[in-house]
Amino acid sequence: MKNNFTEGLKDGIPIAIGYLSVSFSIGIMVLSSGLSVFQGAFMSLTNVTSAGQFAGLAVIASGGTILELILTQLIINLRYALMSLSLSQKLSEKITLWQRMVIAFANTDEIFAVAMNHNKSLTFSYMLGLQSLPIIGWTSGTVLGAVAGQVLPDAVSSALNVALYGMFIAIVVPVAVKLRPVLIVAMLAALFSCMIYYIPMFSGISTGTSIIICTILASAIGAVVFPVSHEKDGD
Amino acid sequence: MVYLYIIIMALVTYLIRAIPLTVFRRKITNPFVCSFLYYVPYACLTAMTVPAVFYATKSFASALAGVAVAVVLACCRRSLVTVAAGACIAVFAAEQLFVII
Repeated sequence: MKNNFTEGLKDGIPIAIGYLSVSFSIGIMVLSSGLSVFQGAFMSLTNVTSAGQFAGLAVIASGGTILELILTQLIINLRYALMSLSLSQKLSEKITLWQRMVIAFANTDEIFAVAMNHNKSLTFSYMLGLQSLPIIGWTSGTVLGAVAGQVLPDAVSSALNVALYGMFIAIVVPVAVKLRPVLIVAMLAALFSCMIYYIPMFSGISTGTSIIICTILASAIGAVVFPVSHEKDGD
Repeated sequence: MVYLYIIIMALVTYLIRAIPLTVFRRKITNPFVCSFLYYVPYACLTAMTVPAVFYATKSFASALAGVAVAVVLACCRRSLVTVAAGACIAVFAAEQLFVII
């Protein structure tokens, strides 16, 4: 039990470091949106989502309606539904409903990615450990960003911006090199994402929607062309 | 009023995460759905990275340096922290280099 928690804590360290830098920029945006430091911390602690908070802050700053707020959150964060569904299949069968409700709270992109990369069935204590430090990093980074403002030199924050992408690359590339279907699915997702980004006809599609479309298309094609047998799941 | 907005945001986000996790308590056996879910993380992470990463830094070239270093380190199976740190250092170094040139 205890070992699982410590293992989770350890796996959460890189995520927490990455979050510290990203949430720093959210902290800066909190102030420019007219919110207080405490409100920013409250938002980060209760939401734990980057794109959703950026969009939510934009809605609040522009005096948007609650309906508008709900819709943007739904669209931008809908990808979490796919991730939770995927994660639900990897959770140990011993995990209770109540424990699932706790785990759901911080099923972020990065926590999900690390959890799916874990080579064992996921226990409740591992998930608790994995989520603890990133939540602390995310919230304290927001506070630091809001309090300190732009104290970091431009060059440093520019470099820190790639930290999270570096983590994504570290998760996808080793598997894509080993398994051709994963490589093809990843390349399809990149292709669709670039098409939506660069083709003017699609310019109305928001980032959140684009991620959903690309994920569903690429994964569905992968599932039709390269069905996965159960044994491969452990990879 | 701001707190109401924040609480609603948190609630919507939580429900999106919680409903699929709590409803699907039994293992899914449908091969298409299983395969689809197997590919979701890779497709999703890639779609979030490309092309956004190339606009995350001060220049396209420095981002490219960061991605290149990250891919090489990832191929060598380095840990998440090493890959992320390597990418950051590459971007920083590339941007300093451009200033000198």
